[in-house]
Amino acid sequence: MRHLLSTADLARDEAESILDLAEEMKKVQSRRVKKLPALRGRTIVNLFFEDSTRTRSSFEIAGKWLSADVINVSAKGSSVSKGESLRDTVLTLSAMGIDAMVIRHPASGAPAQAAGWTNACVVNAGDGTHEHPTQALLDAFTLRRHFRAATGDPEADWSGRTVAIVGDVTHSRVARSNVLLLETLGAEVVLVAPPTLMPSGVGTWSCRTSNDLDAVLPEVDAVMMLRVQRERMHGGYFPTPREYTVGYGLTRDRLALLPEHAAILHPGPMNRGLEISADAADAATSRVLDQVAAGVAIRMSVLYHLLGGDEKIDATSLIGTKGQTA
Amino acid sequence: MGVGTEDPLPEEQRTDVTPREVMDADEISRAVVRMAHQVLENDHDAEKLMVIGIPTRGVPLARRLAAAMEQIEGRAFPVGELDITFYRDDLRHQPTRTVGPTRLPAPIDDAVVVLVDDVLYSGRTASAALEALRDIGRPRAVRLAVLVDRGHRQLPISADVVGKDLPTAAAESVRLRLQETDGVTGVTIARAERES
Repeated sequence: MRHLLSTADLARDEAESILDLAEEMKKVQSRRVKKLPALRGRTIVNLFFEDSTRTRSSFEIAGKWLSADVINVSAKGSSVSKGESLRDTVLTLSAMGIDAMVIRHPASGAPAQAAGWTNACVVNAGDGTHEHPTQALLDAFTLRRHFRAATGDPEADWSGRTVAIVGDVTHSRVARSNVLLLETLGAEVVLVAPPTLMPSGVGTWSCRTSNDLDAVLPEVDAVMMLRVQRERMHGGYFPTPREYTVGYGLTRDRLALLPEHAAILHPGPMNRGLEISADAADAATSRVLDQVAAGVAIRMSVLYHLLGGDEKIDATSLIGTKGQTA
Repeated sequence: MGVGTEDPLPEEQRTDVTPREVMDADEISRAVVRMAHQVLENDHDAEKLMVIGIPTRGVPLARRLAAAMEQIEGRAFPVGELDITFYRDDLRHQPTRTVGPTRLPAPIDDAVVVLVDDVLYSGRTASAALEALRDIGRPRAVRLAVLVDRGHRQLPISADVVGKDLPTAAAESVRLRLQETDGVTGVTIARAERES
């Protein structure tokens, strides 16, 4: 692997290799010395042009636990606020000899562009409304653990499972990355959204779509509630928050429609009372906190896959150099 | 890969590239029993004694050693495996390596840990394993048990328990195969480009 820009770049065995290593990384979290020497001498820059708590801090922890040197650059307080372009920022940091760049940017495709300007490995940590691959990986990881715990079968995976992704699909990079990854892994995905929040080109996606949450819920093995992204919305998508909740929120009444074994996921931060009720967020089948806990392990695994060996001899991984748009 | 343990050629017709068997299944079994006796001789009074294999062949070998120890002592010894990929000093010079599982049967603090590997050569694997253990806890003592010591150490490492001392040339490779992982059992030696 050279870059991680989109989950579309991941073949099934690569994705599973990342998830399997994350299982090992999770054990490191419970050790007294949470440090592995795998990336000693490597330098990783977190380049964040957008606010983030969990993604940025988990990338930082992941890099540090692998013994890499990690520095954080945010748009505020950097030369970006003086008007430096993305290209110049990337070139400047590359010139310092860094090994990897973790980029979050409000513009879709920014990390893919940056990958063309630098020799460093680029990880997309969320770009506009395009993709958020590490979030999808940790969701898939959380789901696999849930399926394995629920069935008692240590080999259980996503095959034959149905996952509903519900809510603001149009603005959700989490949804895009998840659709691509879960289908690669063998799950069936159903997108559920009001017509105004369903992306216009959704007909070309391979997954099913629906506008009726109540009809979908009884047949799913997991439901992923998306955050209603008020900051991305310029009005007109739904009349009132209350009306959204009635149609597409995971309310207490809807909880009863879910099969008993079905997992509830939410990428966070949650708008309790809007897309997810407190009853659903705190239900026994809610895996929201497991998702957060998986974040560091998944990012450790991704960083190791990108930086662990000598990429010059790694001939198997010329994928991801161009970055595709979903 | 696909090289038979049974060597049909008589001694004088062998070429250097043909693997030559230096230990057969019975010899390996006897060596493991002797190693078990030696381990117990040193540490039978240890309160916590665990046997930890280094992947790949060290893991089934550790199971065999622990089983032999149980035969002798009449009690079971915990067995585990320790992946050392992250601690390899050549990590940076290879394509990204696959990382195996680490399974420790109990906390290693204050335990006597018997590390088990198939072939002791440069000493780099054992050294990496020691580093890995140090990040996990503080054992009371660490012992190193290997089935074959082939010499050519590059680090100041030596084994406490050795199944067989096997003088080799650096250009030769020594390979252990076990029923559990390879379907056949035996130690072979061959002239090869790839080091074992």
